[in-house]
Amino acid sequence: MISAQLPALQVVVPLLAAPLCLVLHRPFAAWLLTFVVSGISLLVSVALLGQILEQGVIDYTFGGWAAPFGIAYHIDFANAYVLLIVTAISTVVSIFAKRSVASEIEAHSQGLFYTAWLLCLTGLLGITITGDAFNLFVFLEISSLSSYVLIAMGNDRKALTAAYQYLIMGTIGATFILIGIGLLYMLTGTLNMLDMAQRLVAVADSRTARTGFAFLTVGLGLKIALFPLHLWLPNAYAYAPSAVSAFLAATATKVAVYVLLRFMFSVFGIDFALGAMPLSTMLVVLGSVAVLSASTVAIFQHNLKRMLAYSSIAQIGYLVLGVSLATPAGLTATLLHLFNHALMKGALFLALGCIAWRLGSVRLGDLGGLGYRMPWTMGVFVIGGLSLIGLPLTAGFISKWYLVLAAVERGWWPVVLIIIAGSLLAVIYVWRVIETAYLGKTKEAVSGTEAPLSMLVPAWLLAIANLYFGMHTELSAGIASQAAMVLFGGQP
Amino acid sequence: MSDSILFLILLTPLIGAGLIVVTGNRPNLRETVSVVTGLLLLVEVASLVPDVLAGETPGLLLAIPVPGVPLALQVEPLGLLFALIASSLWIVTTIYAIGYMRGHHEIHQTRFYAFFAIAISATMGIALAQNLFTLFLFYELLTISTYPLVTHAGTPEARRGGRVYLGILMGTSIGFLLLAVIWTWQLTGTTGFKAGGILAGQASPLVIGILYGLFAFGIGKAALMPFHRWLPAAMVAPTPVSALLHAVAVVKAGVFAILKVTVYIFGIDLVGGSTASTALLWVAALTIIGASLVALYQDNLKRRLAYSTISQLSYVVLGAVLANAASISGAAVHIATHAVGKITLFFCAGAILVATHKTRVSELDGLGRQMPLTMGAFLIASLSIAGLPPTGGLWGKWYLALGALDAGYGILVGVLMLSTLLNIAYLLPIPLRAFFGQSPKTAVQFSEAPLPCLVAIGITTAACVTLFFFPGPVYQLAGMLIP
Amino acid sequence: MNVAGLYNYWIVILLMMTGFYVVISSGNLVKKIIGLNLFQASVFILYISMGKVMNGAVPILREGVTTYSNPLPHVLILTAIVVGVATTALGLALVVRIREAYGSVEEDDIHRQDESL
Repeated sequence: MISAQLPALQVVVPLLAAPLCLVLHRPFAAWLLTFVVSGISLLVSVALLGQILEQGVIDYTFGGWAAPFGIAYHIDFANAYVLLIVTAISTVVSIFAKRSVASEIEAHSQGLFYTAWLLCLTGLLGITITGDAFNLFVFLEISSLSSYVLIAMGNDRKALTAAYQYLIMGTIGATFILIGIGLLYMLTGTLNMLDMAQRLVAVADSRTARTGFAFLTVGLGLKIALFPLHLWLPNAYAYAPSAVSAFLAATATKVAVYVLLRFMFSVFGIDFALGAMPLSTMLVVLGSVAVLSASTVAIFQHNLKRMLAYSSIAQIGYLVLGVSLATPAGLTATLLHLFNHALMKGALFLALGCIAWRLGSVRLGDLGGLGYRMPWTMGVFVIGGLSLIGLPLTAGFISKWYLVLAAVERGWWPVVLIIIAGSLLAVIYVWRVIETAYLGKTKEAVSGTEAPLSMLVPAWLLAIANLYFGMHTELSAGIASQAAMVLFGGQP
Repeated sequence: MSDSILFLILLTPLIGAGLIVVTGNRPNLRETVSVVTGLLLLVEVASLVPDVLAGETPGLLLAIPVPGVPLALQVEPLGLLFALIASSLWIVTTIYAIGYMRGHHEIHQTRFYAFFAIAISATMGIALAQNLFTLFLFYELLTISTYPLVTHAGTPEARRGGRVYLGILMGTSIGFLLLAVIWTWQLTGTTGFKAGGILAGQASPLVIGILYGLFAFGIGKAALMPFHRWLPAAMVAPTPVSALLHAVAVVKAGVFAILKVTVYIFGIDLVGGSTASTALLWVAALTIIGASLVALYQDNLKRRLAYSTISQLSYVVLGAVLANAASISGAAVHIATHAVGKITLFFCAGAILVATHKTRVSELDGLGRQMPLTMGAFLIASLSIAGLPPTGGLWGKWYLALGALDAGYGILVGVLMLSTLLNIAYLLPIPLRAFFGQSPKTAVQFSEAPLPCLVAIGITTAACVTLFFFPGPVYQLAGMLIP
Repeated sequence: MNVAGLYNYWIVILLMMTGFYVVISSGNLVKKIIGLNLFQASVFILYISMGKVMNGAVPILREGVTTYSNPLPHVLILTAIVVGVATTALGLALVVRIREAYGSVEEDDIHRQDESL
């Protein structure tokens, strides 16, 4: 009985839990609820994936209103996969959040913090699961508004300006998306994405369709932080509370990428998106510039959270490059990297969270000798960093392998070189940190050594996941390739 | 049975590393663990010899990270030869390290022994890799596990050295080698090493040429010019590291990988006579001569030895690129003979450092009277590097020269001769000055390096000479490469 | 081209560009939010005007009426307006906090203070 209602539960459970957090008010109770709800969401998404593996696509209609009129959830491999990433990261990071948030946010606003967290989770899950274009916009705004709040809760006053900047750019992006959806509705008279796709075929060759597509792409580009629309991201990630940086870096942009893929492939269709429109060329140029410029900028950052933020922009470049190849192999690589990047950035940001908890700073200069004082934390950083570089036995290598292979297959040698150059730049910015931590001079005697277990365990969970998915790719690559097939319109 | 031994070979040094960390507070126990692990490893590797000589190739599948790209091990003659050299010299080096590290009062000794063991495990992985992917994995693991050894001292100089080391090795491996591996996979659908090669008939000569170049330069550990700078930079490491890793394990992993790629990926028919290989021949020849010339002007003893290594490594590359039966076996034999010769030289350099704190060639005048055993060993090892009797170094050069003649490159024999002369010019003066030079101090006392160091030096020097009289076993394994 | 018949779109474009310009050019954080509101309002009008069907009546079931305007965009935009209000509220709340922290709502002032840190 319950298994039929899973799609609704996926969104409703965190949505209902959010105000409850506010009522509970006590930090520990709010945290516990967040953790439990994240865990339940994870179980739900695993169960959904299981259902899809068993019986294929799931269509769920709200209140029994049939598809084009009511709001329908449409779940296939592609979004079940993204749901899994989001819920898993939320669960793991919420374990970490307890101590980290306690040290960064005042007790009386922690209830608020967890409310925003759950709302953000709701929004991200809703965006992913829904099959209705306008519903998507609403969830997008739920997640965005709550993430502005989350970022503003950082303990540096720059967090406020960062959140404000993100709010302005995010709202412009969301409004662009709204315009795009409006134009599509004008053209097709439907908001259901499947329905829209069918009706678009007849009217695709119109100025309205192209304008709508352009608005959607630019709006999503802002949300993805695609170069040159990335300006909001570095500050937002750098000054947000540590747990929020980890959560958003691993999920928010991923979900936006998923939406872009959904519109490009499922709604407009590959022929329109990459054939009739010059999007492929645009993406390849922007992706390449993103990889090279953001990686280079990352090398010169002293604030490590900022460094990772720039690295995220570069990684988004990889995702976009994979899409621009316009082949199933390229799309598989993108989806796979979506997953693997969530693992590595999650691990790295959690490691930085531990460092921030202990030192109260994440500046490179303060890290001297940290490898000996916090060996477990730095262990996570090293594993995450190696994964980011893409060394074998780590998840990052698998991503690189698929990406390079897809580019070679297509014969796009410059792209191959850019991917490799990005890896080499990653070596530099990761190794700066490792060198300082292990070979740098300790500044002054600091009492205490490691971060508490409740922070180390989630960090290590992600680090081990990096290693596990570097060896066993049945889950990550297997589902990614099936999801790519779904998006390409083939049967899984 | 022999399949599971493969796994044990990887695991033994790793377990050793774990035990070393656990026993870190008790140096005697820790170093016993180190030596015992080495002995165990040698026994395990040696137990594979009968199988391989019988023509078998035991293999083991570890995992399949990407469909069609397994993580797998397989023994073949060349890999076994390399594993034997590395594991036996590890024991000797450990004995030497006990004397050196204590005599030199080094810090972080536990870390040193632990990473040393991990590096050996990675070396074993390289030696036993069944395919390019596995090779690449352990290749990178070796780079990373040796980084803490190179930067052991933690001084700004060590950090700089470490940066060059990591930068060049990782830059070339990610930039070229990984690309070459993925490209190979894309062309052939496999990365497995197969007798006769897998690329024949799969791509145009141009692509083959580019690929071979990517492999040759991508395997930066082979120190082909212009990617050789990491080796002198790595000389900031403690001497046992320079001795085993930067004269044997790491650099030999490089040339071993080139040999293996030549024989089992391209196949000698594909490499021999191609345009790319001709170009590489000259790069190798240039490296041989160029590095020797640079070595002449190095006053720092370890740096001089490092440039000598660069030059000698290109002998092996030369043998691989010439790609005929004689040159390939010559290259394989040279891996073995150069290993024992160069490790002896480094041991001696370290012994001098421990006993007298001298690092410069110009300071060694008259040292022969203070350290006759060490300098005597240095003399014998120098002869081996130059390829003169009565040392094993002769045989590698001999077959390489034969290979060059077979391939119709008489001029390369000239290069080898010239290199021999240069070797003599930059190595022999050192023991000669030590024995016949005038010491600045008047009263010289006999004060040798610590006993464990002398034992180690004695063993490797004996090996240099033994290989001259009994090169049979090495040549037998090397000869099996090209049937 | 029927310029007059498309006048609702001209208004939308005019409003949108005005709002966008204010967001970009203004250094005052409050004014930026006003610009943002204008920008969003243009989209509301786009939606609302697109629901109008030629000769369509108010969408309430009545005798003798066959053509109704489309009510759905109106309903949608009601949601979007709510979202817009929430965004404005949050934005203004942030501005209040920024003023508390920096003592200014001018972008230039804020940048100057952060750099001097």
